Amino acid sequence: MATDPANNLALKKLQEYDPEAIEDVRTFRGEVTLYIRSPHLIRACEFLRDEPGLKFSFLADVTALDLYPQEPRFEVVYHLLSLETAERLRLKIRVSGENPRVPTAVPVWPSANAFEREVFDLFGIVFEGHPFLQRLLLPEDWEGHPLRKDYPTEGYR
Amino acid sequence: MPVTLERIPGKAERVILSMGPQHPSTHGVLRLVLDLEGETVVRSLYDIGYLHTGFEKSFESKTYSQGITLTDRIDYLAPLSNNLGFCLATEKLLDLEIPPRAQWIRVLLTELTRIQSHLVWLGTHAIDIGAMSVFLYCFREREDILNIFEAVSGQRMMTSYFRIGGLALEPPLGWLQRVEKFVKMFPTRLDEYEALLTQNPIWLRRTQGIGYISGEDAVAYGLSGPSLRGSGVGWDIRKTQPYSSYDKFDFKVATHPGGDVYARYLVRVEEMRQSLRIVQQAMEGLPEGPVKANAPHIVMPERESMKTSIEALIYHFKIVTEGFHPPVGEVYQAIESPRGELGFYMVSDGSPKPFRCHVRAPSFANLQALPKLIEGRLIADVVACIGTIDIVLGEVDR
Repeated sequence: MATDPANNLALKKLQEYDPEAIEDVRTFRGEVTLYIRSPHLIRACEFLRDEPGLKFSFLADVTALDLYPQEPRFEVVYHLLSLETAERLRLKIRVSGENPRVPTAVPVWPSANAFEREVFDLFGIVFEGHPFLQRLLLPEDWEGHPLRKDYPTEGYR
Repeated sequence: MPVTLERIPGKAERVILSMGPQHPSTHGVLRLVLDLEGETVVRSLYDIGYLHTGFEKSFESKTYSQGITLTDRIDYLAPLSNNLGFCLATEKLLDLEIPPRAQWIRVLLTELTRIQSHLVWLGTHAIDIGAMSVFLYCFREREDILNIFEAVSGQRMMTSYFRIGGLALEPPLGWLQRVEKFVKMFPTRLDEYEALLTQNPIWLRRTQGIGYISGEDAVAYGLSGPSLRGSGVGWDIRKTQPYSSYDKFDFKVATHPGGDVYARYLVRVEEMRQSLRIVQQAMEGLPEGPVKANAPHIVMPERESMKTSIEALIYHFKIVTEGFHPPVGEVYQAIESPRGELGFYMVSDGSPKPFRCHVRAPSFANLQALPKLIEGRLIADVVACIGTIDIVLGEVDR
């Protein structure tokens, strides 16, 4: 069920709206992934949420990947869902390993709040402008970010 | 120092109350910080993480097949839904076709899981609000379902019955008679619960108009499952993005426009009836055939064939010692768990262990709406509101 990414409506519309925003497109098992340039993220998200015919009003998930020792080291992953068209879309932004910072999506989708706090907690990625960026799952005095690949699973830290 | 709310200067009469983490109505270890003016909640904050066990980190050091046993423990009230989500995500990664009989049995068992999860919810929700007897009835029927699980998989709760490529084994003879007995008995039992609650004036006073959230807000706050449908949004992944042959079953998506605790109660009760219809259909139309996909490098061979076939022995050795190698790629597979959208985001780097396996837990997202439900309400309603979003803390904290 491989779909041609060129036929993807979200990709087409976003390209027309902001040609600078999209860095790269990948398709695997029919799932389309758009790599967005970080400064364009919020504009692109607002567009995808509001544009008739797309209406990605539901932010299903925010998470991250650690590609250590590659650089840029992190990828922040957004899973969008449109309740109108029943389409899903994955957005990704690449984030450098040194001082990782991403603009927050909370003004676009309030549900991003806890997801972003979790990513901050477990990956140490800072979401700029987040209303309450504190550790969520781990204690406040915890050292390190466990889901990073250089964080050991056994022995002493 | 755990998180807390700052006092607002000039509001000396307000009390900052820490509710939980050990509290009978928080359904686990959830801590709430409430800013109270008299009995009214002005501001609130939730504090989670008391059950954080690092499932996502553990997945990375286990093979795909070993990961299944971890999924049971994420949402311990709906183990088979978790098994299904994990297996479907891995199967999508592998592009594996599952035989119809296995798909049908998966549907049947996950719907029974939905019923037993809703029964726990109904029982505990009612006991929180003060209706003791419903709890006893619900757990009586839940026991019947757990007995079916035990007959099929050998375990009441931590079933791990679904495997990548199908099921662990063909269910034992006579299990369908047990399911049939349950399907025959359960509708009258459901009527009993409804007789106790649906028109009960105390129940109505405690649930109607409490914990209101509009459909628009529910979507914005990431609510899913019955909590979203209780606000009139008819979104059910089983219907809109069918998986595991759900498109072949006839059922209705239960919705209610009310948006309050009572509406969500009606939705869940109706869901139990609809799940029962699906179980009935799955039982009647259960296809014959194998319960495992024909993919010897992924699916464990039959024990008997290992005694006579050298290939089976080699595959068994390879799968156990090394695992299988999915192609490089990433997939997101969402299913409709009893609590909402349960998503598995699986990234493979071609090795036998997932590079990353992220669980999009419905309880974790649904909990975000809690402050919205309780602020401006009485402290007694907080308990009703925690119950109505049906969180499982194992899933919230992962």
